[in-house]
Amino acid sequence: MYKLWVSTYKEFLLLIRDIGGLAILFVMPLILLITITLIQNNTFKTIKDSKIPILIVDMDKGSVSKQVNQGLENTKAFEIINKTSEQEAKDLVFKGSYQLAIVIPENLSVDLKKKVNYNVEGILSKFGLEENEEIPNTSKFKKEKEIKLYFDPATQQSFKSSVKNGIDRVISGIEIQTIYKAFEKQLSEEPSKEPIFDTNSFITFKEITPKSKKDFIPNASQHNIPAWALFAIFFIILPLSINMVKEKSQGTFVRLRTNPVSYATVLGGKTIVYLGVCLTQFLLMLLVGLYVFPVISLPEINITGKLPLLLVVAFFAGLAAIGLGLLLGTVFKTHEQSAPFGATLVVILAALGGVWVPVFAMPKFMQLLSNVSPMNWGLNAFYDVFLRSVGFIEIIPEITLLFLFFIITTTIAIIYNEKKNAI
Amino acid sequence: MITINQLSKKYKGAENYSVSGIDLVIENQEIFGLLGPNGAGKTTLISMLSSLLKPTEGSFSINGLTYKKDKNKLKQIIGIVPQEYALYPSLTAYENLFYLGSMYGLKGNNLKGLIEQHIQVLGLTEFLNKKIVHFSGGMKRRVNLIGSILHNPKVLFLDEPTVGVDVQSKNAIIHHLKELNKNGTTIVYTSHHLNEAEHFCTRVGIIDHGKLICKGKPTELIDQEKGARNLEEVFIAKTGKALRDYV
Repeated sequence: MYKLWVSTYKEFLLLIRDIGGLAILFVMPLILLITITLIQNNTFKTIKDSKIPILIVDMDKGSVSKQVNQGLENTKAFEIINKTSEQEAKDLVFKGSYQLAIVIPENLSVDLKKKVNYNVEGILSKFGLEENEEIPNTSKFKKEKEIKLYFDPATQQSFKSSVKNGIDRVISGIEIQTIYKAFEKQLSEEPSKEPIFDTNSFITFKEITPKSKKDFIPNASQHNIPAWALFAIFFIILPLSINMVKEKSQGTFVRLRTNPVSYATVLGGKTIVYLGVCLTQFLLMLLVGLYVFPVISLPEINITGKLPLLLVVAFFAGLAAIGLGLLLGTVFKTHEQSAPFGATLVVILAALGGVWVPVFAMPKFMQLLSNVSPMNWGLNAFYDVFLRSVGFIEIIPEITLLFLFFIITTTIAIIYNEKKNAI
Repeated sequence: MITINQLSKKYKGAENYSVSGIDLVIENQEIFGLLGPNGAGKTTLISMLSSLLKPTEGSFSINGLTYKKDKNKLKQIIGIVPQEYALYPSLTAYENLFYLGSMYGLKGNNLKGLIEQHIQVLGLTEFLNKKIVHFSGGMKRRVNLIGSILHNPKVLFLDEPTVGVDVQSKNAIIHHLKELNKNGTTIVYTSHHLNEAEHFCTRVGIIDHGKLICKGKPTELIDQEKGARNLEEVFIAKTGKALRDYV
């Protein structure tokens, strides 16, 4: 125990003597966290503030095109620029000058009205409500009218999908309102000031979030802090493995091998100090979320009643990261081996863990792979506490996996060292 | 006493043995010098004796103990001064020595007293709380030595302990080693300084191509070699004048 304490003290001294390294260790993750949260939080805001210029070629010049224009303007996300030529709009978009061009076909309003009128008249005549009981011929409206959308080929799929959905919603609304109006016209003998039908949507959506002690809706900060805190925690692999490789190149490791001290004790000292670093890093991130985010117009995080559980998750995530760092530090002989491998491995684990792309959005095979990423276990545990407001029992599976990962990687490191240095 | 029986080492992928069938007995309180050209096998032999390398064949024991059976007991009674400085540059001399002494189970005022005592003898008192990174080569060598003798080892292995240091540091180191030897420590050391070995060692062994080609008191070896006036001439006579470059 005494040797473990002294090893820990030595590691602590080594850490605090490297002021530059220490600053990088604590400051860089905070800069990363603030940058990512600012970008993610402001994506929608930026769109609202600056508006995306889009082209509209209105060949209809009727009520539908007016409503489409109105609908798009109401979103406050677009600046509408009218063009008269489809070819010109297409060329501008394909050159990348604009993200999107919408071409509204000729006679869309008239044809839509005619089609709806014919349909309504047809239905009414079947019920004997139509004076002229002759069933209208609708075959000439069978051909669908196309609103053409030209996207810049560089436009991201997510943007395309959201624009398509938005336009589809506007068009559906117009169609429904036209149908209602047609019925209204057919059924009322005299034009009435009061509408017969309530054309507002009957079904609406309401997002329900898990009940916590203090109700709140998760925001970008709430999503980013656990993800990037975990990323920073796992980056401990780098300084830790470099610390171990440095001991080999300095010759101090050779001396340790001849001392009557077990490798487990040597690793124990490192584990305690670097675990302290992980927890400090995590607390700093929480403090930034609480006190710095509101100052720079980012949503404040809410950790009311969650701090103990968050620290439990950070503790076990830190252990998992340290286990991996100890293994790499044991196996690698040079800084050139450990630094690039460690950095790349963290990025791969983060990608697999769902830090960038949610696991559910990954291909099936990658989803399976993500199950073996300790970052995935850590992220799930953080989300459980941060966003799903669960209790300790619910995070036991994830923290157990993280702890097992630490035990396995550290045991492999000890066995590898014993085999490598067997006498 | 160190008893070595047919000790050999062949590195993975190497064509030849680095150490081949060495038989040697080093008595208690001897100062035994292992001499040889570059690549002769000195460091390999001393690394096997100090638990850093696994022998390919043969065996050895130190005071009747072997690494296989009594690893921790054996590590507790030996001290190793590696060729590298083997110190943490960002820690002070005291912090380095405190850590190294603690690894041998030394603690408290006893450890502090031992550090101060050795530091004083080797003339480093005023630098005790200075970081190693600022030390000269000679100062590092002296701290390196202290780190290996705080626990008063029965057997001390030194791999070129005076390489790259000034005359003053060399004298201080040799003087201190002689004091330790007087107090009962057996010393096994490798060196290229044949003049130093001639005066310091009670016995020497010359190794070449992994084999122990001769051993004895320096004066005996000089007498036995026709025309030799000192150990260096014995050495040249036994190992030849050809340059020994190896990778």
